[in-house]
Amino acid sequence: MTPEPLLEVADLRVRFGARVEAVRGVSLTVNKGETHCLVGESGCGKSVTALATMGLLARGAVRSSGRLRFAGQDLTNLSERELSKLRGDRMAMIFQEPMTSLNPAFTIGSQMAEVMQRHRKVTRAEAMERAGFLLFKVGITNPALRLGQFPHQLSGGLRQRVMIAMALMCEPELLIADEPTTALDVTVQAQILRLLAGFQRELGLGILLITHDLGVVARVAHRVSVMYAGEVVESAPASQLFANPTHPYTRGLLASVPVPGKIARGSRLGSIPGTVPRIGPGFAGCGFRDRCGHASEACAGPIAVQQAGPDHIYRCQLQASWPQDQAA
Amino acid sequence: MLKFLLRRLVLALLVLITVLTVSFTLTRLSGDVAVSMAGPTASQEDVETIRRAYGLDRPLPVQFLAWVGDAASGDLGRSYLYHAPVAGLIRDRLPITLTLGLTGLGIALIVAIPLGILAAMYEATILDRAIMMIAVIGQAMPSFWLGLSLVILLGLRLQWLPLSGVETWQGYILPGVVLAFSAIPALMRLTRSGMVDALSSDYIRTARAKGLTRARIVLHHALRNAAMPVVAVAAVQLGFMLGGSIVIEAVFSLNGVGYLAWESISKNDFPVVQSVVLFLATIYIALTLMADMLNALLDPRLRSA
Repeated sequence: MTPEPLLEVADLRVRFGARVEAVRGVSLTVNKGETHCLVGESGCGKSVTALATMGLLARGAVRSSGRLRFAGQDLTNLSERELSKLRGDRMAMIFQEPMTSLNPAFTIGSQMAEVMQRHRKVTRAEAMERAGFLLFKVGITNPALRLGQFPHQLSGGLRQRVMIAMALMCEPELLIADEPTTALDVTVQAQILRLLAGFQRELGLGILLITHDLGVVARVAHRVSVMYAGEVVESAPASQLFANPTHPYTRGLLASVPVPGKIARGSRLGSIPGTVPRIGPGFAGCGFRDRCGHASEACAGPIAVQQAGPDHIYRCQLQASWPQDQAA
Repeated sequence: MLKFLLRRLVLALLVLITVLTVSFTLTRLSGDVAVSMAGPTASQEDVETIRRAYGLDRPLPVQFLAWVGDAASGDLGRSYLYHAPVAGLIRDRLPITLTLGLTGLGIALIVAIPLGILAAMYEATILDRAIMMIAVIGQAMPSFWLGLSLVILLGLRLQWLPLSGVETWQGYILPGVVLAFSAIPALMRLTRSGMVDALSSDYIRTARAKGLTRARIVLHHALRNAAMPVVAVAAVQLGFMLGGSIVIEAVFSLNGVGYLAWESISKNDFPVVQSVVLFLATIYIALTLMADMLNALLDPRLRSA
């Protein structure tokens, strides 16, 4: 028997009002020391899945889920107070927007120290010392100076490093990173990813990394789940997914990314026509069928989850062996 | 920080010069001062004597410069009515008006900020609507009417508070409440909208992700950012209260600067009118400057601007 995963989400649903269901039955797990990448285009429900897992949904969003377990604890029946004791301590999150995610009115040091003062019995001086140490660890030179500075005095890349350092203040077991590198330029991106991987090795950190960048996925993921219109349409170990993408959407996604050496000069990059539909509660069938080149009448009915290999599932009517050279 | 302060100071100085000019010009435009001082029965000769005695026969620019020069050295001229230096008249009445204004502002802030925070925390719920309803009613209520009603209810019927005068500190409560009432709606709305913005911001989401307590999130992280416009408006409101306490001081018969202004306007005691206007405007400018500095303390981004 495999040990219980660090994070287990099963049949997670999130509704906004009566019209929109942004997350429709998402299931995923994150193991200790593993990076699970959640991939998909804008509006597919990746961020909402992450926020719902942390219990950080905005007002007006309603979460219902079959299972939401973290380190053996059921999160679904925890009160906001009990949940807040886990957040920042054992589970931490970093966000896409480094420019606005720090409070403009307080110093970096005060914002970092307060996490630890909230969850640990430490003095402010001790918390500050750890903050300075972590700033150093995320590659910020002159941490003492930065601790006393305000967010507006830092660049976007520095702020995101601060966010990462802040998330690590209490040595969490789970880190949810929502597009942590999207707002940053490419060189900074690579540094941030290396940092996260380093901390993962060091702390056995489980990471749920949300991204739409398949290049990032290829670099860091152990496991990948592809989301489309609020559902996980395919999930597999990273190597499996890249070698053997099965869902038409996954194939379309992979075909739309240039891979050096794999794509011939002058050949066309693939693209998927259309946009992600907005789906309300009660929607039946495959959410991708309007954009799929292989859609049939069966796609309007209930879609079974099929196995494409060991630990490799996909949600589509097609057989796993449908012609591999065809994209959506 | 220094540049920011200097810029604000220069701005304040320009406003002050404008106020000086306007208050001087307006009192001259309201008619021949010498004639109204001399009274309806005075002869042409009397009027001329008065004109010379008070230097009103000099060209206007000269009069203006002389007045500004005197004002700068603390000499605001003499009251025709009291036959005493205006500066002294104002100084004697200032403590009452200041106490009243600060009481009013204090009450307004104590009521408006918590209600504004609550309304924002429970945005779009019944509680929010009820609080905003109070704001609308407060805004619609004339202060003289509210003042008289409170006097009748709390002073006459229940006899909880003194009717008028400020022999004891309780005397400040009723007028303070009435003054506060006019400031509460604006401060409350501002607190609410600032808090609504702050609470829906990314950094509040971060604060929640850090597992901070609700009190810490609302009172530390959100309020600090929502406070800036409130501070600015509170300063302006205090200015309004100091200047606008004319009605309140009359209703509650408090012998403050507002009462002095009302009296001197009705008796055409123009050195007093002119000086009170100048005095209130100066306080106003000082308050705005103070609010700017407070905001610079609250918002680190302003300091380096």
